[in-house]
Amino acid sequence: MSTKADVEINFELSCPAPLPAKDTVLLGHGSGGKLSAELIRDVFLRALQNPVLARLDDQAIVNVNGQRLAITTDSFVVKPLFFPGGDIGSLAVHGTVNDLAMGGATPLFLSAAFIIEEGFSMGDLRRVVNSMQQAAAAAGVQVVTGDTKVVERGKGDGVFINTTGIGLVPDGVELSADRARPGDKVLLSGFIGEHGIAILAQREGLEFETQIKSDSAALHTLVADMLGITREIRCMRDPTRGGVSSTLNEIAEQSRVGIEVEERTIPVREEVRGACELLGLDPLYVANEGKLIAIVAPEAADALLQAMRRHPLGAEAQIIGTVKKENPGLVTMRTPFGTTRIVDMLAGDQLPRIC
Amino acid sequence: MKYLDEYRDERIARALAAEIVQRTTQPWVLMEICGGQTHTIMRYGIDELLPRGIELVHGPGCPVCVTPLETVDKAIELSLRPDVILVSYGDMLRVPGSRSDLFRAKAQGADVRIAYSPTEAVKIARANPDRKVVFLAIGFETTAPANAMAAWQAKREGLSNFSMLVSHVLVPPAIRALMVSQTNRVQGFIAPGHVCTVMGCTEYESLVRDFRVPIVVGGFEPVDILEAVLMLVRQLEAGEAKLENQYVRSVSYSGNVSAQQIMTEVFEVADQKWRGIGLIPQSGMRLREEYAAFDADRVFDLGEIAVDEPAECISAQVLQGLKKPPDCPVFGMRCTPENPLGAPMVSTEGACAAYYHYRRHMVAS
Repeated sequence: MSTKADVEINFELSCPAPLPAKDTVLLGHGSGGKLSAELIRDVFLRALQNPVLARLDDQAIVNVNGQRLAITTDSFVVKPLFFPGGDIGSLAVHGTVNDLAMGGATPLFLSAAFIIEEGFSMGDLRRVVNSMQQAAAAAGVQVVTGDTKVVERGKGDGVFINTTGIGLVPDGVELSADRARPGDKVLLSGFIGEHGIAILAQREGLEFETQIKSDSAALHTLVADMLGITREIRCMRDPTRGGVSSTLNEIAEQSRVGIEVEERTIPVREEVRGACELLGLDPLYVANEGKLIAIVAPEAADALLQAMRRHPLGAEAQIIGTVKKENPGLVTMRTPFGTTRIVDMLAGDQLPRIC
Repeated sequence: MKYLDEYRDERIARALAAEIVQRTTQPWVLMEICGGQTHTIMRYGIDELLPRGIELVHGPGCPVCVTPLETVDKAIELSLRPDVILVSYGDMLRVPGSRSDLFRAKAQGADVRIAYSPTEAVKIARANPDRKVVFLAIGFETTAPANAMAAWQAKREGLSNFSMLVSHVLVPPAIRALMVSQTNRVQGFIAPGHVCTVMGCTEYESLVRDFRVPIVVGGFEPVDILEAVLMLVRQLEAGEAKLENQYVRSVSYSGNVSAQQIMTEVFEVADQKWRGIGLIPQSGMRLREEYAAFDADRVFDLGEIAVDEPAECISAQVLQGLKKPPDCPVFGMRCTPENPLGAPMVSTEGACAAYYHYRRHMVAS
């Protein structure tokens, strides 16, 4: 397959024309990456602008008769509906409980709205709802209101669930992604990438054998333990879609600080690493559903780390980095070779590479 | 993880870097061919570990980047036909064609699916006998055997609803084209280890001989790259030009013979256009006449799509190693991974994307 044609090639300059204006919603707009951020900024914030919404935290915190109420909402469209380590029902509870917990709130009540596709198995629906009930009971929250819509076959994907949650924020707790300050430490509660890889392993066309289970879990008791130690926590986020990198980028952006993480301190299970190597993915961009990132005052970091490690959901917690004043808005990583690279926010979903 | 951790070992990497520093007495321009190698260099900051005199330039070995615009346009056009399911490797979906990309086509209703293996596309064809399944078969010698296998399997089963839109490129003719170009600066090559895992090393012997240029077949981990650089520096400093194999844990001299056989059975060598570079004679592969029924170009009578390309981005020079991505006036400004003007900004293996994702903090300062 070799050639002997030693003719000189006339190298031509070529470049495609720019793409047209963004007139269509793409899947990438739901990826949690830059396209999602653009959509929120250009469409939602522009129309619905108010100071609470503009904080862009995982939950809104509003004052009602002197009580600080946390409100959050999340829709769940996961496929497959049942996966190792959970299902759409438990995920819909954990996701919303965690969004409340990341604001330091004690979760109290949830709503659940179901959009069900005509023809969906009643048995599967019962399974999903029972799983929701168990997850809610374990988390100490109640589903107190709900809604059901059925759409024609082909107009949904089995079942979509939306949950809204409310909770109360204790006095003295002020968590927000714009509060990170140079010198602060970055804590991560455990192994990353498990939810995303567990889901990916089940997807049509990508099936591969793995023992990885989703880490889907309610984090509010871990948060309560942390807040019990100190109030010197600036912000907390659960790195769901878009993974650790998107969450750190959001914090860096909102606080106008740089964040530098140490590559060797980030906990990744061998199985997740192996799956990512095979698929050409970076675990930093893979979704988690039972992990949190906390930005904390430097003097509180060690005590918090110990408190996290005493909790079963934080047993593998690590200090993974430091907030810097250099490179505001950027997340950088120190490699084991002593070199530094950017940990970028992706435009859309992470794409499997060709080779 | 075995076969990974030892090749990412910082002590070994530092020792290799120190030896490169010690051996280098004059500047050398080296090119890593493969985009996967470029990615590793940027991700681990390998170039920062090298002495100033060693310049690494990034070669044309990103399959996504060199796939012609016309092929992308054809794939988009096919995907928009209601009876077609277009199956592709993931990172082709965001590559801009002249007017759109496959993600946008999908948003317009096209049935576009991502597969890891072309045999998945055959499976989809089997499961959807009333639809026409087209696999976007692109890549270097690495993906060619699996793509060939898909066509072979479809032919054996008599699947009449499966075809491939083929844009296959070959590495040795590209190196030859770079070497005969008057603008060439490259003095040594790190040849792509995965291509050579399939093809072996024989094809590179003649390049070494004809151009007296050292070539080291290299792997993809940081220690692989550093060791390959050291092997090239040793040769250059000694005035030698040899073919050497750094990636011995994967590459044998004659390669994977069964893989070569299936490629030869299904494909034949043909002239090929490379995006950003132009036509290189005998540098690609097309389906043989016996496989015409599986050639989407012939099945769908796509004809020639003529494309006008404004000369704004410098991907041509980047892909030849003449310029670095930050030399481009629109790099990181009007050309970003969200709004790529050229393919090297799209793929994770593209040189522009690698600089953008890992290095723009240093570019800015």
